[in-house]
Amino acid sequence: MIELKNISKRFGRLQVLDNVNTTFREGECIALLGPNGCGKTTMIKTILGMVVPDSGQILFNGQKVNNDWKYRSQIGYMPQIGRYPENMTIAHIIEMMKDIRKEGGVVPDDELIKRFGLDTMMDKKMRTLSGGTTQKVSAALAFMFKPSVLILDEPTAGLDPVSSETLKERIIREKDKGKLILITSHILSELDDMVTKVIYMNEGNFLFERPLAELKEITGEEKLSRAVAKIMGNKSIGRPSNQMQPV
Amino acid sequence: MKKILKYVIVDIIQNKIVVIYTALLLLISLSVFNLESSAAKGMASLLNLILLVVPLVCVIFSTIYVYNSSEFTELLVSQPLKRKTIWLSLFGGLATSLSLAFLIGVGVPVMLYHADPTGLVLILSGLFLTVVFVSIAFLAVGWTRDKAKGIGWAIALWLFFALIFDALVLFLLFQFQDYPLENAMVVMSFFNPIDLSRVQILLQMDISALMGYTGAVFREFFGSTTGILISFFGLLIWIVIPLLFSLRSFKRKDM
Repeated sequence: MIELKNISKRFGRLQVLDNVNTTFREGECIALLGPNGCGKTTMIKTILGMVVPDSGQILFNGQKVNNDWKYRSQIGYMPQIGRYPENMTIAHIIEMMKDIRKEGGVVPDDELIKRFGLDTMMDKKMRTLSGGTTQKVSAALAFMFKPSVLILDEPTAGLDPVSSETLKERIIREKDKGKLILITSHILSELDDMVTKVIYMNEGNFLFERPLAELKEITGEEKLSRAVAKIMGNKSIGRPSNQMQPV
Repeated sequence: MKKILKYVIVDIIQNKIVVIYTALLLLISLSVFNLESSAAKGMASLLNLILLVVPLVCVIFSTIYVYNSSEFTELLVSQPLKRKTIWLSLFGGLATSLSLAFLIGVGVPVMLYHADPTGLVLILSGLFLTVVFVSIAFLAVGWTRDKAKGIGWAIALWLFFALIFDALVLFLLFQFQDYPLENAMVVMSFFNPIDLSRVQILLQMDISALMGYTGAVFREFFGSTTGILISFFGLLIWIVIPLLFSLRSFKRKDM
């Protein structure tokens, strides 16, 4: 569904993405892991066209996206830190988004707005919202237009446990519908019951890219966090997959 | 395009600075016309306002506004929208609302006190200068991500066109005073949108006689209908070129 071909990007001297190649397919739920600054967010932003890669190509359903923009109507994106025009209220933001994305003909899905209790604070300006509430707005917007691809950058960071659980439940439901979900998180325990594939990035490269089941099998661990810790500790397992693993 | 433009315009019109700018222009224009003994003198005073204050306010306000709407652009870039649409909507919103401010602040008083071709040229030049300097502000924004540096560039550009350019022209004139430079001066004036507007308005005011032989050459060129059209075309170029350059850098910008 989404294909990255030889994507490279450097910010000044820093090589953030170094010749990344991969394919994401429908129905996959991919956990994107790695230390801070390893290029996860940059890769996500490249897919969204927010960062322009120095070289390489991105294909969305087989179509090059270099100068295209329509493909973004099929993506729901939840940024790590949602930045919104400060003077607009939640209602304004949602209204504007509906206005922009109404061409697809989808009926907006207000479920998360209600479940997060955002409907009671529609008149609040974005500037006055707490970090967690801003995250809730981001989440509600990402799911609102029933996109076939969901890109979630640290979705539960900053959310309270109840909302976090609500969101997780929703992510799993979308995954069961066969959508492609790309998720980054540092809280590995919450990824256990949703991901199908794990990508570990370091310094702009994929250290390994394996289905979760295979990962658990190799390491003999049941928990994702333990499996990742083991594979990182045991270089003999981690290293060979330094070359891209066909999945 | 229209959708985004609507949101930008609504946001700018709610901005207090634009309201204050409109009120200030209105106050100055009205007092100039009421204090001076004749409306013609009022026009001459208004000329300096238009040539200096309008570009300054437009360039600084637009620069700050574009930097401050980084959240807005960032949000929109991840949506199914062309970057060109987003950038041109920002430009259109700023140009429209600042032009509106100018029309209310200067256009209305001029039409009340001095409704003739001179007044019309004054208003038209003011409108063009407004949009030109919004465009120049966009150029400055495209050069750097740093807000302080961007505003610095914007002010430097204004300073160049408002003062330094004229100083350079004077310097050249004195250096080459033995040569006939009249035609060269006409060409030179196209390199500065403020000069271009100034010459246009001054010629309409019939004070070109004070400018000697150069004035006569200017009169010959800018006085004709083709001359006027060419000079407005020159101002149009001053809107399009900086905007295109800024659009190019925005298309490559990483959010």
